[in-house]
Amino acid sequence: MNDKKSIINKLSKLLPDGQLLYRLEDLKPYECDALSAYQAVPLAVAIPDNIEQLKSILSLCYENNIPVVARGAGTGLSGGALPHKDGVLLSLAKFNKIITIDSKNHTAVVQPGVRNLAISEAVKELGLYYAPDPSSQIACSIGGNVAENAGGVHCLKYGLTVHNIIKLKVLTMDGDELTIGCDALDSPGYDLLALLTGSEGMLAIITEITVKLLPIPAVAKVMLASFDDIAVAGQAVSDVIAQGIIPAGLELMDNAAIKAADDFVHAGYPHDAAAILLCEIDGSVEEVNDQLRLAEKILKQSGATKIQIAKDEEQRAQFWAGRKAAFPAVGRLSPDYYCMDGTIPRHQISNVLKRISELSAEYKQTVVNVFHAGDGNLHPLILFDANNDGELERTEELGGKILDFCVEVGGTITGEHGVGIEKINQMCGQFNSDEITQFHSIKIAFDEKQLLNPGKNIPTLQRCAEFGAMHVHHGNLPHPELERF
Amino acid sequence: MSNDISNNLLKQISIAFNDKTPLRISAGNSKTFYGNHVNAQAINTLEHKGITEYQPSELVVTVRSGTLLSELESELKANKQMLAFEPPQHSEETTIGGIVACGLSGPRRAACGSVRDFVLGTTIINGRAEKCRFGGQVMKNVAGYDAARLMVGAQGTLGVLLDISLKILPVNESEISLKINTELSHAIKNLQQWTQQGLPVTASCFFKNTLYLRLGSTHSAVKQSLNTINNNFDTEEIDEAFWLSIKNQTHDFFTNANLWRCSHQMATRFYGDTDKQLLEWNGALRWINSEKDLYATADKHNGHAQRYPLTNSDETTDIFQPLQPGVLKIHKRLKQAFDPENILNPGRLYADL
Ligand SMILES: Cc1cc2nc3c(=O)[nH]c(=O)nc-3n(C[C@H](O)[C@H](O)[C@H](O)COP(=O)(O)OP(=O)(O)OC[C@H]3O[C@@H](n4cnc5c(N)ncnc54)[C@H](O)[C@@H]3O)c2cc1C
Repeated sequence: MNDKKSIINKLSKLLPDGQLLYRLEDLKPYECDALSAYQAVPLAVAIPDNIEQLKSILSLCYENNIPVVARGAGTGLSGGALPHKDGVLLSLAKFNKIITIDSKNHTAVVQPGVRNLAISEAVKELGLYYAPDPSSQIACSIGGNVAENAGGVHCLKYGLTVHNIIKLKVLTMDGDELTIGCDALDSPGYDLLALLTGSEGMLAIITEITVKLLPIPAVAKVMLASFDDIAVAGQAVSDVIAQGIIPAGLELMDNAAIKAADDFVHAGYPHDAAAILLCEIDGSVEEVNDQLRLAEKILKQSGATKIQIAKDEEQRAQFWAGRKAAFPAVGRLSPDYYCMDGTIPRHQISNVLKRISELSAEYKQTVVNVFHAGDGNLHPLILFDANNDGELERTEELGGKILDFCVEVGGTITGEHGVGIEKINQMCGQFNSDEITQFHSIKIAFDEKQLLNPGKNIPTLQRCAEFGAMHVHHGNLPHPELERF
Repeated sequence: MSNDISNNLLKQISIAFNDKTPLRISAGNSKTFYGNHVNAQAINTLEHKGITEYQPSELVVTVRSGTLLSELESELKANKQMLAFEPPQHSEETTIGGIVACGLSGPRRAACGSVRDFVLGTTIINGRAEKCRFGGQVMKNVAGYDAARLMVGAQGTLGVLLDISLKILPVNESEISLKINTELSHAIKNLQQWTQQGLPVTASCFFKNTLYLRLGSTHSAVKQSLNTINNNFDTEEIDEAFWLSIKNQTHDFFTNANLWRCSHQMATRFYGDTDKQLLEWNGALRWINSEKDLYATADKHNGHAQRYPLTNSDETTDIFQPLQPGVLKIHKRLKQAFDPENILNPGRLYADL
């Protein structure tokens, strides 16, 4: 058994001054990601700035069986980058260069620490952009986006991270440097690119990403539709899509979210509406005109009480500003909030919103809804005060019930924020023991010693048995050797 | 026609697992040519068929793997929807399971995405005879590893596909197909420019100094795009059936015995005799007639190649681009993870898998 000191000693030989943190006061800022309910202080934080340093850190950890948790910008909402107390937190923040931009093939090669928005900014003058736009895009890293398969407001039309990257370079824990995917539109062999996307730092460290760039659409127009009943707004979402329109974005906000956002950034939202839909159409001038007219007609027929089309770019930006600032705006309403991420079939939106409001009444806790309605990706924000005894636990219980209901109506516990540590128990409800065992064996195919981000993403069967949500196959736990963490 | 034989398939795989008997998975047998010959006991999924869930407004359809592609597509068409990756139909018996297992996409791929981009969930039986469901029926789902998309192109070596949920898209209000006489470099340059300008090119093909194009969007957008193109070129409208011959590979060109399918970035320099090539996907997909193998050449140009003789072959040579050693190692371990006894289509994709 290596003691802490000797590991830190060895690590410090691999990194220049300032790139290895091990004093408590230096470690503190890294003790959590954006899910601050979970905290742990790591053994050390390593901040390499080149691939050789990165390789040597991994190899040292591999030799000494030290857990490694990758961290991008730490904006994750499921505790994915929560440190391991006996492990190294590996920050990719210094891998922040855009390596090449290929204007002919519409691709860019970037390092994992590059901020999401920085890519679009860098290629803007070429008339291109990177489509996935999480609300955290000013801060979150593209490496973190790949690891979480991040989505955003424009996913409905342009897809998730997995649809917008073509190649990765990764390092495995046992020291292999792999190129995954290919510059072409397909690649030979298994689709490891899909497997690594959303793998939450469990399979390999992502060191380079080739992203796909899209031409900036000639026009984008946004429409703000007000409703006096949130269930009607929920149904309108399905109606628009049933008529053959794929909006670039289709977002729903309830009254509490409308007011909070509008008070915060003055987005021009109607405070008296029970719900609003923001519906954006983009494309060529003709296409946008045609579809906007059709969408307006459908929304009216579906019961919108008022429809405003942003009259210019400025008003469009203002309408979106409210949506993009909705989380921090809700943050002003309450000392803490808890963001859920269940995804459901669209036709269940009204049903699930009704259930959420029942649960909210039952738990006497306010739940604010602002979400990617077009994708059926809910983000109920449960307001609470962590300083009140037991309130976090109650909030987690309420959140868990919402997720269970999402699974019950044919959905999933997480659409884009990942499982991390937060939803590990709910995994037991969504997957059976064979499936969970299969996940563990995928992990072992990449990381035999299970050193990458241990304890996250996939629960042990033991945990599920204790949590009581899983039917254990034939009454015995298969592969007991897998339950190491 | 709907029929669920999953229990029967499970039983067969369970016996094979216990006896360590290798299985050759097939359905309509339309893609025997697409992979190495597997000498093993047959297991057939053709009778596992039917659309199990389809609500057009969800843009999702769930089907059993043995469902005929033609049946699925006609059901979608009746609702003005489509499989946007435009999968090839090599015979009347082509099934959706075969398409997903082989990961095949057609002319619309460059514009809309490939089959894996549209897979939302799969239910499989792995090599331990366990039924597992990965992914789901919703647009976004990051719970667990993406083992659903991993099945695409795995050719059954990781599991027998039972059910597949696919994202679908509405058909375009209007589509028009045309041809233009022009030379290769000019064609590619213009395709690049048009896509950059956002022209709704939903398919392209270049062959013998002719560029074939398909535009699709709303009526007025297609009309406007056509005007833009007509400003610089003489165009002639053609029957949309042309795309069937490309998609289904019934065009005369595909009868070539020494055919290679080479996949590249759109703007990759051309190699080989361009007079003997057929290009799709705005230049990214190149069908090349070549007597010598093109693995090294394709690799040098940052792409990959595969043999493509459209006939059944008993050859034991790999038909796909060899993998990097590190990547192959992961492939073998994944195979082990899903199929420890190596009973599912052994050797079909690569000799070692
Ligand atoms: C206000 C706010 C709004 C948000 N809105 C959205 C949204 O709209 N859509 C959305 O999808 N998410 C959203 N998020 C969540 C979060 O921003 C995303 O999950 C993002 O992708 C995380 O990126 P990061 O760089 O911060 O990663 P981190 O939080 O640092 O890490 C996330 C996970 O990725 C792993 N990881 C990071 N880098 C690497 C690497 N190089 N190699 C391997 N593994 C790595 C970590 O181990 C961890 O498991 C939001 C968060 C906040 C705070």
